[in-house]
Amino acid sequence: MNATSQALAPAERAVELIGSDLTEKSLRLHLEGLPGVDAVGLEQRAAALGTRSIKTTSKAWALDRIIELIDLTTLEGADTPGKVRSLVAKAVNPDPSDTSTPRVAAVCVYGDMVATAVEALGAAHGDPDSGLISVAAVATAFPSGRASLPVKLADTADAVAAGADEIDMVIDRGAFLAGNYGSVFDQIVAVKEACRRDDGTFAHLKVILETGELNTYDNVRRASWLSILAGADFIKTSTGKVSPAATLPVTLLMLEVVRDWHRLTGERIGVKPAGGIRTSKDAIKYLVTVAETVGEQWLQPHLFRFGASSLLNDVLLQRQKLTTGRYSGPDYVTMD
Amino acid sequence: MTDVSTGSTPGSGSGFLDYAPAPESTSVLHLKQSYGLFINGEFTEGHGTPFQTISPATEERIAEIANANSADVDAAVAAARRAYERSWSTLSGADRGKYLFRIARLVQERARELAVAESLDNGKPIKESRDVDVPLVAAWFFYYAGWADKLDYAGLGPAPRALGVAAQVIPWNFPLLMLAWKIAPALAAGNTVVLKPAETTPLSALIFAEILQQAELPAGVVNIITGAGDTGEALVNHPDVNKVAFTGSTAVGRAIAKSTAGSGKKLTLELGGKAANIVFDDAPIDQAIEGIVNGIFFNQGHVCCAGSRLLVQENVHDEVVERLKERLSTLRLGDPLDKNTDIGAINSREQLERIRELSDIGEREGAERWTAPCVIPEKGFWFAPTIFTNVSTSSTIAREEIFGPVLSVLTFRTPAEAVAKANNTPYGLSAGIWSDKGSRILAVADQLRAGVIWANTFNRFDPASPFGGYKESGYGREGGRQGLAAYLESAGWSAR
Repeated sequence: MNATSQALAPAERAVELIGSDLTEKSLRLHLEGLPGVDAVGLEQRAAALGTRSIKTTSKAWALDRIIELIDLTTLEGADTPGKVRSLVAKAVNPDPSDTSTPRVAAVCVYGDMVATAVEALGAAHGDPDSGLISVAAVATAFPSGRASLPVKLADTADAVAAGADEIDMVIDRGAFLAGNYGSVFDQIVAVKEACRRDDGTFAHLKVILETGELNTYDNVRRASWLSILAGADFIKTSTGKVSPAATLPVTLLMLEVVRDWHRLTGERIGVKPAGGIRTSKDAIKYLVTVAETVGEQWLQPHLFRFGASSLLNDVLLQRQKLTTGRYSGPDYVTMD
Repeated sequence: MTDVSTGSTPGSGSGFLDYAPAPESTSVLHLKQSYGLFINGEFTEGHGTPFQTISPATEERIAEIANANSADVDAAVAAARRAYERSWSTLSGADRGKYLFRIARLVQERARELAVAESLDNGKPIKESRDVDVPLVAAWFFYYAGWADKLDYAGLGPAPRALGVAAQVIPWNFPLLMLAWKIAPALAAGNTVVLKPAETTPLSALIFAEILQQAELPAGVVNIITGAGDTGEALVNHPDVNKVAFTGSTAVGRAIAKSTAGSGKKLTLELGGKAANIVFDDAPIDQAIEGIVNGIFFNQGHVCCAGSRLLVQENVHDEVVERLKERLSTLRLGDPLDKNTDIGAINSREQLERIRELSDIGEREGAERWTAPCVIPEKGFWFAPTIFTNVSTSSTIAREEIFGPVLSVLTFRTPAEAVAKANNTPYGLSAGIWSDKGSRILAVADQLRAGVIWANTFNRFDPASPFGGYKESGYGREGGRQGLAAYLESAGWSAR
């Protein structure tokens, strides 16, 4: 049998859109039929959105909302249970000097730290749409994704079993760039299946495209579309381990895909820019881009997240400045 | 995005998209109660009846402006002639360049002030005057400053000569930018200038006159006289003028061409347009939508090269129109000085009435009208972004320049039809092509009869790029090396 006519895993969305005879070839035709992206125009539009001036009440709202959308992240080889507990404490109570400060959406850790994070969260563990904090785990041989499928699935199942609410998987960029879209697709479908819990519910699946390695905007659009077809709940820009990580144009492009998907199916997919967003000013540009591209209703934890660590403290400093009228310094916010 | 218009964030009760007001402060402006004429390096009183310049967003008075009568025009031309003979023509190109560089730097230093003045007087959004108009003004002076000592390489043979006194009349849509387009090449080439800004938008030109004083430009090299159409008429018909440069309506341009014929005056005209923006079915769709918006709604459509005729390939027409309407629903119309405003005020009541009239004709002729949902302020002159579909090539709104935020949508089936329809206009200033296929862009661009053709972008300007039209859009080129030719003559012949 010809490789391109090989049947792919019958993911529900793909079958509905492309047809029940889902093959590598039909998937390829679909992805290659997507409209192109003009890089100059995309970057111009992103830059224009970045000039919005968000002041006073709008700024106050934006700062709180940014906190509520943060996946507070630690993804280091040197992570220890103590470090994760400290991160969780920060997530629950970002600014001890101001109890009106909202909580972040989730903490994001490596799979082996999930149990520690769940335990540290205790009663605060739950759905961020209800003001609680989720545990997200990176999986599938994060960040490179260079492992066999059984290893990736075991990595995923392990994190889910330990209590992860969300799985941040990486796609196989090598396979994508080699043109093996079917292989990338099948892996996402399999990982999604590995997110299934014993009770039949699923951990939310965020699919990391690692846009810095896909390089072209056309690739980002195809990979976004592919991930959604395979069952992604969220599409995420980057691991944070590759430069460039999240950029405003890439995020805008992914939001446009999500908007088009919603237009086509009525279904809402989340977007998560991650890596490189360090200041409130930058984060506000993302909020503006979301609101003006897909609408304000996307500014909720189940539809938009920031993958960040140092961003939180800058937002807290800005928040203190709005309250007191004075800028303080890094010693007036806590380390995580 | 379909929910954008209804969208406040669930659970928050806050409409983030109703951004809190972010007005640019006018405290940077130091306006006088009244402004005289700038003749021979000084502000002097005019002898006509002064007029008021108002803010089109509020209809409030900004300042009183002197009105130049024919005696004032004589004085301004005489000052320019004197300056040409006694000072400007005796300077080396390098020294002329120094003044132009100085002006460019001062424009940058006072950029915020100029942007605020421009938005106040013209009604354009501050984000455009701040990010487009004023930076381009500085760029124009920097660019031509560099040419001042290199005229031998302008393609006109060795030692080309200045013409003498240039009479320049500019429109109200880009008051300061049009001033820069006119003054920078004229001075670089060694001419002196009498410039008349438009009646409704004199403010930024008068602040520019202060910049000239600050730059210590020799008296009389640039004279700025304000007034209405009769002032402009007296200026271009003045016998001691060697060069006439006009940007504005085709009707006035035609009259100037007649009245200057046989006078020996060198003439360049940059007139109206009815540009086609051609969208093929393989276009990068999201960027094409942005380009269409930028093409016709930039500066409230008060752009001579605006992409006012959208030619869409028939098989993507519905999708393009739907996406366009959604995008237009997110545009913010209102206070030009608010940094988040996308669509400002129409420049004058007169222009607003013309836009209304032509739009009504479009409706009467059977085109389908759609208007973006936006709240129109009570005072001032406003027109919400409007699209006409079902427009035929014979419709008035597909033929006549509306010069407002009104887009006429037509369809085509093949590249040949697109070219034929795009060229089927008395104008030929600009055109746009949207396609992911480079070979198609080049083939179509080759057949379009328009002075400027943008591919996968629109309304981009650069001082190094010549700008000008075919047919009733005028003649002569502004910008680039070609723009110098309008202000120079070869050593071998004389215009006189």
